[in-house]
Order: sequence, then structure tokens, then C-alpha cells
Amino acid sequence: MAERERRTTPPYGGAFVARSRVMDADDVRRAITRIAHEVVERNAGLEGVVVIGLQTGGVPLAEALVEELTRIEGVPVPLGTLDVAMYRDDIGLRPVMPEAVTAIPSEVSGHTVVLVDDVLFTGRTIRAALNAVCDYGRPRAVQLAVMVDRGHRELPLRPDFVGKNLPTRRDEAVDVHLDGVHLGDLRPGPS
Amino acid sequence: MTHHLLAVDDLGTDGIEEVLRLTESFVEVSERAIPKVPTLRGRTVVSLFYEESTRTRLSFEAAAKRLSADTMNFNVASSAVAKGESLRDTVETIEAMGVDAVIVRHASAGVPVQVARWVEASVVNAGDGWHEHPTQALLDCYTLRERLGSLAGRRIAIVGDVKHSRVARSDVAAFSSLGADVVLVAPPTLLPPSLVGWPVEVSHDLDQVLAKVDAVVLLRMQQERQTEALVPSLREYTAGYGLTRRRAELLGEEAVIMHPGPMNRGVEIAADVADLACSVVTRQVANGVAVRMAVLFLLLASGTRP
Repeated sequence: MAERERRTTPPYGGAFVARSRVMDADDVRRAITRIAHEVVERNAGLEGVVVIGLQTGGVPLAEALVEELTRIEGVPVPLGTLDVAMYRDDIGLRPVMPEAVTAIPSEVSGHTVVLVDDVLFTGRTIRAALNAVCDYGRPRAVQLAVMVDRGHRELPLRPDFVGKNLPTRRDEAVDVHLDGVHLGDLRPGPS
Repeated sequence: MTHHLLAVDDLGTDGIEEVLRLTESFVEVSERAIPKVPTLRGRTVVSLFYEESTRTRLSFEAAAKRLSADTMNFNVASSAVAKGESLRDTVETIEAMGVDAVIVRHASAGVPVQVARWVEASVVNAGDGWHEHPTQALLDCYTLRERLGSLAGRRIAIVGDVKHSRVARSDVAAFSSLGADVVLVAPPTLLPPSLVGWPVEVSHDLDQVLAKVDAVVLLRMQQERQTEALVPSLREYTAGYGLTRRRAELLGEEAVIMHPGPMNRGVEIAADVADLACSVVTRQVANGVAVRMAVLFLLLASGTRP
């Protein structure tokens, strides 16, 4: 699961213990390829499309997506990374810490921003990301791509591109990497 | 991270590293077209400055505002202190208004420590007497890292009025904590009476030191703190310890010149030396805002509120 979730969800700093594998590396790769085609189709090409990965779990997925987009259309796609810590609505309620420096590559105004994250859960990270993106300019549109939609939304948000819909219990945890997706639990751990 | 920032040693090496890492994120915020994030919305930061200051007070104020905190300024001259209100009563009055952080500057060492005992709010030391000025040391570390990379094994000279300098004390603690070797250069009268326990070398020969350092930190000649005649004259001080054009040429190519400000041009630093490409004085000021954002973030936002 995203490092962010691991450290900011009780038990803080717990260890992820996998129970079952829901996607393997090939599944993840195929999902990224499909999402890439969907992004191209939805936007009728890649004119004005900017891909922004959310720190930390969304960044490798965004890199892989940009690679696929470039391969499909043969044009370069600007890639950025965004850390939403400063925009979270739970500051003071649980530990919050920026993990990396935000790097928004190009002008956001007038562009279509594709936000990429690993897991869509309550939607609060995406709410924070929308506010953050809008601080850089006024995008023409914002679209959301996630590898796993696990439900339990607390805000009226939905993804545009989904790798896999995965029904979960609230207390479960989902771990997404390029080499596979696992469903499991957070156990109190040292780290 | 502790609840207060009173001295560099409160942070430890890990804490310093964490502030410097976070500062990078806030430098990015500061460089945006709209340099503001909503992180500290609804929190109140008050500056309690019992001593005059331009850059530190404005820097903290800019930092708090860029984090969307509300700021209150306490001006001693126009306050009830002029009517004889005690420090404790002043602090408790301010706290009763509901503040989350108090930025304290005072001419007496230890005032921030005392204030921290009285209030629930986080206290940040913005300079207390000759004791410490931790955020200055943190911004010095950040600025040096920007130019030099790691500080480990680097050699840094701190030149001038060490005795009266809280910046020197905090810099020594922070630089040595990050693995740098510090050499103090000053006439014996401007060094503290005892340097026992200070992780420093001492020299009285600036020319000889300059060729071998990666950075030189010039301290202001604090004429307002010198009640005794510690140097024969400012001209004589400049002749022996001022960074003149000739001396600046002794520095290595990569070496940087720093000054915490306000500068006495023509005394500890020659007017044109302050504007050389290797001088990072204005960079220090810019980084100061980001460092203070990082400190306020760590104290007020990174943990869970009681």
C-alpha cells in the first residue's frame, strides 16, 4: 500500500501483511496499457494532456503511464509529481508529513490534468490534490486514473480510469506496486 | 520533534535533517506564482519581539502567512509593557487570546525557555541574548547545502564577534551536528571566556584560515552589545578581521560567503564583497522564509493535536 497510508493510518508505522494477491505484474502492466489507450481515446489524442502522479504511490504508476502514452501516440507527455500533505483536511488529526518536493512540469492552465494514484479509498487525498492542482492554475479538465478503486468513498468523487475495482472491508489494506497488487492488513510493526 | 524550538540541540541531527528535507518542499511553495498553502488555516502565530528586528520578524510573518496562519504582531514600544506589564502577564494575556505558536525574541538569554514553561502554545526562539538563534542556524545549513551539498567534512569559518553572537552559538551546534569542522576566527577579546566543550578550533589569523575553508560566516560587529572597549577601533578590527576585497580573493573557487545580517558594510565585510557571486546573503534571506515554514509546519501540523 502507499507508504503514506502505512504511516498515517493506525497502527501508525504498522507493517503491511499480505493475505492474497489480486493482480500480478502482467495484470498491472496490462491495466496501465488499457488505461493509456482510454486516456488517448477520451482526449482524442494527447494534445494538452499533463500527467501528474501523487506522492508516493502514484508516482511509479504515472511514470509507467507516460511511457505507454508516448509509445502509443509517439509524442512526449509532460509528467509531474504532487505531494498533497499541505492540503490535507486531517492535519492535526493524524501525523502528516510531505514526502517529496512537488514538481509540476508545465503550465497547468488550459491543460487536461490526469491525476494518477495507486488506491482510491475515501477520496480525501484526491480532494486535496484537486485543491493543490488549482493553486498552479486553472486546468481545462482534471481526470483521475487509479490502479485500484476499493470503495468506501467519503466525498462525491469518482475515477475516470480504473485498473481494478476491488471490494474491501474498511479495515483492510491494499498494497500496489508495479510488480503486483495485494490485499492484506496493517499489523503493528517496528519501523 | 519537540513541541518547542528553543535551541539547535532540541532537534538533534535527525531533527535538523528533517527540517532541511521539509524546507525543500517549502522552497517549492515559495517559488510558485501564488506562494501560499492552506496548511495552517485557523491557527494563530504571534510574534513577541522585545528586541528590534527586521528580517527575522518579517521572515516569520511571511512564513506563517504563506502557511495561511493568522498572525499577530506584538510591538513592545506601543504595548502595555511600556506601562510596566511583566513578561509573564504579557505572555499569559496573549495565550488567553488563543494562540498556537509564540515566536519570541528577547535581549536576555533563557526568556524563550521560561515562556515555554508558562504556555501551552509552541514556542520558537527567534534569538535570546547571546544564547541561541536556532532558525538562523537552520537556514545557514540549508543555504550551505544548496551550494556545497553535504556539510560532512566541510570546513567552515565563523569570523568576528563570537562572544556576543547567538548566531555563532547556534551555527556551531548545527554545523558540527551535520559533520562540519568549525573554526572560530576572532581577536581574543571577542571570544567567549571559555570554549570548553565547544567542538571548534580557534584562530586569530584570518588570512591563513581563508584559503582552507569551504564557507565563511561573518558576524556583525554588535556595537549595541559592547559596553566595554573590546577592540581599539572599528578600523583596526577591519584591518585584522574584516573580509576585504584582498582577503576575499584568498578564498577557494567554490567557497561561499555568508552573513546573518544586518551587515555593517565596510566593517566586517567590504561593501563590494557582499555583492560578489560567492556571497549568498540574499539567498539566506529567501531560504529563511522556507526554513521557518518548515519549523512552523513541524511544530503545528505534523503531529496529532492533543
